[in-house]
Amino acid sequence: MSGAQAAAGAPAPAAKRRSGRPSALSLFARNQLAAFGAGLLLVILLLVLLTPLLPLPDPAATDPVNRLLRPLAEGHLLGSDHLGRDIFSRLLWGTGVSLLVGLSATSVAAIFGSTIGILAGYFGGRADTLLMRGIDMLMAFPYILLALAIVAALGPGLLNALFAIAIVNIPFFARNIRGVTLGLANREFIDAARLSGKSNVSILLTEVLPNVLPVIVITVSTTVGWMILETAGLSFLGLGAQPPAADLGSMLGEGRKLLITAPHVSVIPGVMIFLVVMSINLLGDGIRDLLDPRLKSGALARPAPFTAVDRPVSQLAAASIQDDSVLAVEDLRTQFRIGSDVYRAVDGVSFDIQPHECLGLVGESGSGKSVTALSLLGLVATPPGRIVGGRVLLQGRDLIGLDAAGLRAIRGDQVAYIFQDPLTTLHPLFSIGDQIAEAIRCHRPLSYKEAWAAAVTLLDSVRIPNAAGRAAAYPHELSGGMRQRVSIAMALANDPTLLIADEPTTALDVTVQAQVLKLLDQLRSRSGASLLFITHDFGVVSEVCHRVAVMYAGRIVEIGPTEDVLSAPAHPYTERLIACVPRLGEPGRRLEAIAGLPPAVNHLPPGCAFAERCPHAEDACRAGEISLDGLNDRHLVRCIKPRRAAS
Amino acid sequence: MTALMEARGVTRRFGGGRSLFGKPKPTVHAVQGVSFEVRRGETLGVVGESGCGKSTLAKLLVGLQRPSEGQVLLEGAGVHDPAVFGRRALAKRVQYVFQDPSSSLNPRKTIRQILEAPLIHLLRMPQAARRGRLAEIMDAVRLRPELLERYPHEFSGGQAQRIGIARALAAEPEILVLDEPVSALDVSVQAQVLNLLDQLKAEFDLTYVFISHDLAVVESVSDRIMVMYFGRVVEEGRSEDLFCRPLHPYTRLLLSSAPVPGRKGIGAESKPAELPDPLAPPPGCAFAARCPQASDLCREVTPPLERDGETAYACHHPRKGIPWPEPAGSGAVEGRIQS
Repeated sequence: MSGAQAAAGAPAPAAKRRSGRPSALSLFARNQLAAFGAGLLLVILLLVLLTPLLPLPDPAATDPVNRLLRPLAEGHLLGSDHLGRDIFSRLLWGTGVSLLVGLSATSVAAIFGSTIGILAGYFGGRADTLLMRGIDMLMAFPYILLALAIVAALGPGLLNALFAIAIVNIPFFARNIRGVTLGLANREFIDAARLSGKSNVSILLTEVLPNVLPVIVITVSTTVGWMILETAGLSFLGLGAQPPAADLGSMLGEGRKLLITAPHVSVIPGVMIFLVVMSINLLGDGIRDLLDPRLKSGALARPAPFTAVDRPVSQLAAASIQDDSVLAVEDLRTQFRIGSDVYRAVDGVSFDIQPHECLGLVGESGSGKSVTALSLLGLVATPPGRIVGGRVLLQGRDLIGLDAAGLRAIRGDQVAYIFQDPLTTLHPLFSIGDQIAEAIRCHRPLSYKEAWAAAVTLLDSVRIPNAAGRAAAYPHELSGGMRQRVSIAMALANDPTLLIADEPTTALDVTVQAQVLKLLDQLRSRSGASLLFITHDFGVVSEVCHRVAVMYAGRIVEIGPTEDVLSAPAHPYTERLIACVPRLGEPGRRLEAIAGLPPAVNHLPPGCAFAERCPHAEDACRAGEISLDGLNDRHLVRCIKPRRAAS
Repeated sequence: MTALMEARGVTRRFGGGRSLFGKPKPTVHAVQGVSFEVRRGETLGVVGESGCGKSTLAKLLVGLQRPSEGQVLLEGAGVHDPAVFGRRALAKRVQYVFQDPSSSLNPRKTIRQILEAPLIHLLRMPQAARRGRLAEIMDAVRLRPELLERYPHEFSGGQAQRIGIARALAAEPEILVLDEPVSALDVSVQAQVLNLLDQLKAEFDLTYVFISHDLAVVESVSDRIMVMYFGRVVEEGRSEDLFCRPLHPYTRLLLSSAPVPGRKGIGAESKPAELPDPLAPPPGCAFAARCPQASDLCREVTPPLERDGETAYACHHPRKGIPWPEPAGSGAVEGRIQS
């Protein structure tokens, strides 16, 4: 059974092997500021923990004779205060108290705030309204006023200050955690847990909480410093630690009156507060960068405006053979370098597109079809993408190695893209007319008014009813099919010679897909543009493409006229790929599933990448490079045993 | 064959009610007056485009949503009646397979924890018995038992979907509601999962409600098919009847729009297709604005679902006796794509 083999092939090797990605710990160590913060905090913590063991004078013992000694005085390392108490001793004890209060207040706020947030987010509806309006009321008071009011009601004292700070910070946690929980509560795995018979309590504790925990940790790590500062603030006002006990805030408060005569009494605790809060914040930022999935995914890495090119010098000089093809791609190679792994996403792809022709590029996810399309105009994100070889000749001119300005002049002008999901490619804040006009004005010296008129004409040409009125609409006001028509209009704005459509109908309903395919076909034949059509659907290919190229693991395995490839596929992969799709009108046909999974492109086997899954494979298939050979002058296949004799 | 599960006039509205100041809030009818039966041992296909209410219907069948009107019966007992069916009692008999395998598996749980949940909470199985049962389930979906200790992100889409199916099977249900189970998968993997579902059905005597937007997939798996449009059933019938002699113009449009490998010439409407505004649905047939056969009657009176033996249709002008495929230029579709 194919399934058993499929299971056997998977994912054991991938998981066993250490991936080339750096571990979390080494990532953290690389963040020098965070490591510095962690080191500093560690030193402070050690000092505080060792304080009871150190031979220090009693922090509360007064000695009026030796009052206001300067630092480095005999017996008093950091001098003494207005009552002659040893500042060094008081500083260490006070830091301990401040840290303890700050951490305790954070824990209290985190526990109560997160509980409220999780409950409100998970149950929603009335529970959410009640809890969050309560939180809103708490937030409506200025926080310091609220803290003062709480301390005034409970009486001054460190414990009451702690409560005040915790209560004031509960809304912060509640709102953060509620937002995250709200997103989780609608996820399918919560529904799945419900259908597995789990109770609400069990779902909250075992499904929701583990997913919210990183956010709680992030919030804690970024607020501890702030809480310590707030505690110090209350103590400074005399509402926190009561004499003779001291924390950093009350030391600062006592030294305030002597700022001119004995500045060290207030400066020393001030510096300590600064060091503690700074070290905690640096560490907290480091933890956040480590845990936040949005930052982990590389949102902070700014990709270059075009893909880095790193190809052998010999290829630069090679003269192009002039022919009349619109686009000729020769041995294109694009790689992704992540850690020590090299992913050969596009590995020696060659094809050409003739004027007025539509070439289909077919493959499953991960086959490299989209990366091929993006590489043509240097749109692959760098890092980690890199073009390491090959040439892309647009009407004889090599596009690889052009500078940003050169590429920009071509993008959207001679070559235009249509992407899969128009909701993510259209800007949500500009009307569609604006966006098309902008695309026109990027390449042509038109006034805004003229460009707008041209945009309306374009919208009309993609059969949007009432184009003049609709031009002022925003993308969210249009249906999916309409949005894709807008994308097509925008791509056609500057009469491109080549259109690249990357799964343009995959997100659309079948009746809308039929219309968009038809429209694309009509526009292509009317405007004379060539079309590179990327899809996974052979049905769509038969509908619009003259020729089709099939990709597998970064290479083209077969290319030829659509009818030939579909009626007599020569590569076993093409053959199996066509056979495993259910066909309308043939319900009885057994689906021939392809066993196993495509290989990972960072560990490609030698020889044919499909050999592992191929029923006809023999030793020669796994031995060496297999070339793309012609069955006839138009139909090429990368297989040593093509499925039909060369005609 | 007898009806195992039955829906009677099921309607599901979202929104509605009145705001604080008495202003009525907008209402969306996701599912409107849907009635059908699922027979023991069959596969009922539900097909429709986005926004037709098929996912809401699926959630109604498993109890994740409650109907605003009407009821769903399982062997005559109302599944949304807490006195008859607790959540767990229903989950033991009807299970659900989600569309997106990666989002339906908790990223922080191992496969063992995910698959054990139904055994613990639904079947109250002791630990010793669970171990053997887990091995059986993994074997049924053709996954190696070593994979139990892995986390979902270590699996490919096809394997993750097998785990989703395994979780549904773990509770030993009679009915599986499959909501687009293969549409997030690559075509070669899709075939693996479809074949697996076929084998499991025979192995465990299952009944399937198979929901999909892909006509070819639905046709290849279903005994009977229900076509939905804008929250209503527009046509229902045995698979071979529906695909060979479609009666509703919408079914005909769907069939002519689907591209088939190696065949050229899908039909497309000449006017851009748009669904009616769900907040302000038009009176009469929701498809009338797109329908070439629409008359004034269609725009005023909503056609009821009329049963005629095994088939049912909701249309004032059913295409009875009109051959399929229709000759070019005569029907809902404009000319074929020429190139």
